[in-house]
Amino acid sequence: MTTQSQASAFAYAPAPESRAVVDIAPSYGLFIDGEFAEAAEGKVFKTVSPSSEEVLSEVARAGEADVERAVRAARKAFEKWSALPGSERAKYLFRIARIIQERSRELAVLETLDNGKPIRETRDADLPLVAAHFFYYAGWADKLGHAGYGADPRPLGVAGQVIPWNFPLLMLAWKIAPALATGNTVVLKPAETTPLSALFFADICRQAGLPRGVVNILPGYGDAGAALVAHPDVNKVAFTGSTAVGKEIARTVAGTRKKLTLELGGKGANIVFDDAPLDQAVEGIVNGIFFNQGQVCCAGSRLLVQESVEDELLDALKRRLGTLRLGDPLDKNTDIGAINSAEQLARITSLVEAGEAEGAERWSPACELPSAGYWFAPTLFTNVTQAHTVARDEIFGPVLSVLTFRTPDEAVAKANNTPYGLSAGIWTEKGSRILAVANKLRAGVVWSNTFNKFDPTSPFGGYKESGFGREGGRHGLEAYLDV
Amino acid sequence: MSDARLSVFKTYKLYVGGKFPRSESGRVYEVTDSKGNWLANAPQSSRKDARDAVVAARKAFGGWSGATAYNRGQVLYRVAEMLEGRREQFTREVAEAEGLSKSKAAAQVDAAIDRWVWYAGWTDKIAQLVGGGNPVAGPYFNLSSPEPTGVVTVVAPQDSSFLGLVSVLAPVIATGNTAVVVASERAPLPALSLGEVLATSDVPGGVVNVLSGRTAEIAAPLAAHQDVNAIDLAGADEALAKELEIAAAGNLKRVLRPQPVDDWSADPGTDRLTPFLETKTVWHPTGSLGAGGSSY
Repeated sequence: MTTQSQASAFAYAPAPESRAVVDIAPSYGLFIDGEFAEAAEGKVFKTVSPSSEEVLSEVARAGEADVERAVRAARKAFEKWSALPGSERAKYLFRIARIIQERSRELAVLETLDNGKPIRETRDADLPLVAAHFFYYAGWADKLGHAGYGADPRPLGVAGQVIPWNFPLLMLAWKIAPALATGNTVVLKPAETTPLSALFFADICRQAGLPRGVVNILPGYGDAGAALVAHPDVNKVAFTGSTAVGKEIARTVAGTRKKLTLELGGKGANIVFDDAPLDQAVEGIVNGIFFNQGQVCCAGSRLLVQESVEDELLDALKRRLGTLRLGDPLDKNTDIGAINSAEQLARITSLVEAGEAEGAERWSPACELPSAGYWFAPTLFTNVTQAHTVARDEIFGPVLSVLTFRTPDEAVAKANNTPYGLSAGIWTEKGSRILAVANKLRAGVVWSNTFNKFDPTSPFGGYKESGFGREGGRHGLEAYLDV
Repeated sequence: MSDARLSVFKTYKLYVGGKFPRSESGRVYEVTDSKGNWLANAPQSSRKDARDAVVAARKAFGGWSGATAYNRGQVLYRVAEMLEGRREQFTREVAEAEGLSKSKAAAQVDAAIDRWVWYAGWTDKIAQLVGGGNPVAGPYFNLSSPEPTGVVTVVAPQDSSFLGLVSVLAPVIATGNTAVVVASERAPLPALSLGEVLATSDVPGGVVNVLSGRTAEIAAPLAAHQDVNAIDLAGADEALAKELEIAAAGNLKRVLRPQPVDDWSADPGTDRLTPFLETKTVWHPTGSLGAGGSSY
């Protein structure tokens, strides 16, 4: 924390990234058929900076009529776009990837302003991955016959995509890059708290000369997302968000021919064995749960530590948490930024209160929170049992629940004791134990002696109620092909 | 002849957990051939039978999914061996069930036997087809491999009582899942007889469980069951398929919607192997974990 007095925390001079690299207009429209337009009903909403509550811009709010217009534009564009040789589609995607690289500083600042996450993360994690995804899928566009789905796999048509606020531009890239590479056109609804980077992406599409209607962006709320998902002329639905909404969407598309992929919640177990390299494990635990303020579906939100090293590990972990710097997300030294919205902050607060009420022991480092904006101190819960709310429910905030185990079998049983199955971590020096435990974990991504690593070549997605389908890699193409 | 021997009828029973129970409900229903002649009284399974079958399938999942692919291939091939020896029996049953000539029924049975052989060969190949190393941009070993999704409900095709059934069941268990099968409602007897073959084919008890009865009645609790991971809707009509898909959303089951199949004897490809697989991606650093070049 920048203000705390713990000896381990140096006082760093502020190192703010300049806001001047990005021009935010006072208002934005919907992006339909290559043009910005007002919402049919004329509705707008404000998007604020979570770290200061400053209003950044006013954005058109899509409704049902706008969904109708956007789907029609995408349908019209589909004919020509899907008929383009893959090599031509590839070039558009390569162009987009290059423009993203060129504008990545601007986009990183914008994302930090609109989302509240530290510039260190948008600059070093989000934006490089965004560009990499477009590069990766650009290369697939003219090689689809080699992807293992037959000689000439066909696109599905219009893809309706609904993405969350935790990685606004990265989730856009995960959805749009494979959709366009395979010849689909898209209507994408960004989250209501983070619409700006998607609207800037519309401008990148313009710069890249992408044909009209291939990408349509509809900022809006859940009602617009629901209308998009239910639209009869949408052929493919892709959603990243909460498990509850994912179930609702699965019900909506039941009985239709719409292809569905869902990336939903998680309650990842991070398992530390007694022979683990503890210093690295501590870094991995911190990265696993405090990256993006814990607002990550694959966060390692349950720490399972072998009893014999519990004290040692928790001491080291607490010491490390004392050195985290919480504050201005635009400051390059900041580790922990703002929670994305007042609503999310309230949700985290109430779950943490439930944890305390149920008898788990709450701990945070000395930490002064800024007076404006939405903030939550990094928090640890010990004395947690599997029955506790904080061990079962996804909190989606900087809150780590610590449980213990004695044997590898117990670790596996506890790790799998959740309806979710997205991610897990294993920390041990013993190779055979890594492989044995990784085999038994019911999770789509297993990080051993590392955590929260992503790459466009690497399929990502969940087991059980964490959703179905994979994004990234060759596997990610399937979601957008008629196979 | 007055002294003609009276034939011995067979009491058809369910196949659950490697055993042959009657329905706990005590109900049976009349199964007839295509001309309406009585063939047998088949068990009419209840919701409780369906739940028991899920318990059996879950119990069997650890062992079956943990078996080597080589071993699973051997077991599937063994099913083909056992069926080959009972070719005449199944030919008669399929002929009666579907109103086919003896030669047409025999062709169906032969195709079904060959299908077991086809899938026996897939058990140790599918992982190389759909998994593999990922060339990530960093110092990491990164491998994706397919794993079975768990307990799969198979609503067997209604018309193709045996070849259709085998075509949807074999890929489910070839990939390491365990199955709860809802047999064709009108023609369940070949499915129930298959249970007898599976029981003598080294297929561990509980890996396949066969229920007969009213499809909608049995499938509804299975589609809603929290401990079922996936459902193949092959034998559900449009209205039932929609209802079951909605119920399946309760725990986000993997759903394979009814796929149009003109000819069950056509080459099935890998289309039915992949819907019941999950892809697991495992990362590990390849750099040093020392203080110098930490790349945890």
